[in-house]
Amino acid sequence: MSYFSDIYKGIKTLLTGMSVTGGYFLHARKGAITQEYPDNRETLKMFDRFRGEVVMPHNADNRHYCTGCQSCEIACPNGSIEIIWDRAVDPATGKKKKKIDKHIYHLSMCTMCGLCIEACPTDAIVWAPNFENSVYDRSALTKVLNQPGSSVLDGIED
Amino acid sequence: MNFLQMIIPLNITKTISDWISSIMPETAASYTIMVVIAVAYLALFAVAGLYLVLLERKVAAWFQLRIGPNRVGPWGLLQTMADALKLVSKELTSTIKIDKFLYNLAPYFVIVSALMAMAVFPFSKQFQAFDINIGVFFLIAISSIGVIGILLAGWSSNNKYALIGAMRSGLQTISYELSVGLSILTMVLLTGTLQLSEIVEAQRTGGWLILQGHIPSIIAFMIFMVAGTAETNRAPFDLVEAESELGAGFHTEYSGMKFAYFFLAEFINMFIISSIAVVLFFGGWLSPFGITENIAWFPEVIWFLIKVLGLIFLMMWFRWTFPRLRVDQLLTLEWKYLLPLNLMNLMLMAIIIWLNWTI
Ligand code: SF4
Ligand code: SF4
Repeated sequence: MSYFSDIYKGIKTLLTGMSVTGGYFLHARKGAITQEYPDNRETLKMFDRFRGEVVMPHNADNRHYCTGCQSCEIACPNGSIEIIWDRAVDPATGKKKKKIDKHIYHLSMCTMCGLCIEACPTDAIVWAPNFENSVYDRSALTKVLNQPGSSVLDGIED
Repeated sequence: MNFLQMIIPLNITKTISDWISSIMPETAASYTIMVVIAVAYLALFAVAGLYLVLLERKVAAWFQLRIGPNRVGPWGLLQTMADALKLVSKELTSTIKIDKFLYNLAPYFVIVSALMAMAVFPFSKQFQAFDINIGVFFLIAISSIGVIGILLAGWSSNNKYALIGAMRSGLQTISYELSVGLSILTMVLLTGTLQLSEIVEAQRTGGWLILQGHIPSIIAFMIFMVAGTAETNRAPFDLVEAESELGAGFHTEYSGMKFAYFFLAEFINMFIISSIAVVLFFGGWLSPFGITENIAWFPEVIWFLIKVLGLIFLMMWFRWTFPRLRVDQLLTLEWKYLLPLNLMNLMLMAIIIWLNWTI
């Protein structure tokens, strides 16, 4: 008798599936997930976990969190990060301390793996939801993440 | 000459045919009229096919919570027109080792057999190009010619994916043709005629056939829709062009307009299957409960189109809901379930008619 119960079950599951898609169909006009991108450029909000490019946030006084420890440079599997660093006397303690001169990030080589961000002990670098990365010259994709004249925030140690 | 009676309002066709007959001898006139009707049908269904493609894309988008084509023309209405223009302008490429003659012949086989079937449908009382008394039989015969085109395409492309796709198509059509035929036969038992216009007329007094035949009719309708979807090679029965396994199946090697013929034929076939279902189960061009029966100017073709679009929507619903079947599942479904059910259903229908239990 399982023959007929198979048919019954088959029809039932098919109808269940159809009611699910039918429900989608009915409220597609309101709930469409399509982003009409160039039109809604102003209001478009990317998702929290979107990986666009690596950036280094600075506060209002042009200070950042990067101590120049080079963990990110070592963690990067394809050498997309280069850190040019220096030593300078820290006015607070009077000792010589490592500091970054330039945090160079090659967006053209980055695979968005996120290992650098995980490796950073001070959370100095984060993901930015910025995806409009096309440029006419690939040298424009080599970016210096610390802003000119910026310095590390006082008291940040790795 | 009943193929002269087309499109009712204003009697344009009658005027044209009178005019042609007046300037030509009898035989020349009838040939001219045939050509005119053929060209009209060709143009009509090419455009209808294009709009079915657009409808499919819109419906698919809505099923997937997307928006669908909305850039070309208002609401994207000109999208498929633009696609067709693009395809016409494309180069017709082919590989070196193809069988040239068959390769070029195959798309025409598919599209011509699809268009030929259109001729016998009674879109309304007067809008029917060719009303033969074996209409249903003609339809079944024509609709299985298309698969020869698919087999030819797969074979002549000299490409293993194309050939696998074509063989699957052959397999599928041979199996499901049985179900289509038997479920149609069940309904023909009820009407006792193969002529499509008379099948429609039989529903004027007794109500639509799906109601007249109640249980066996409903079962026949369900089987017909399943087998009909399989006949058109659409998902969930699209093993023939299974993109993930076979590239594009039998039309892998086709480009430009020849590809477009295959594509268009799929949509016209969908229209044909729905039209057969409308004529056999839902009263063709008859209005529901006869609400427009006494309004003389009302174009009954609208009812036909509404019903056909409803069934086409159902097929699209299938397509965007169900996953593709495996080959063995396909054959199990046909030979283990649909065919025995269909035979039982045929018996049931015969008994019901014999005992006069129809409504
Ligand atoms: S995301 Fe990965 S590839 Fe890109 S810079 Fe960081 S570690 Fe390197
Ligand atoms: S960004 Fe983070 S990991 Fe990289 S050098 Fe600066 S502090 Fe170290």
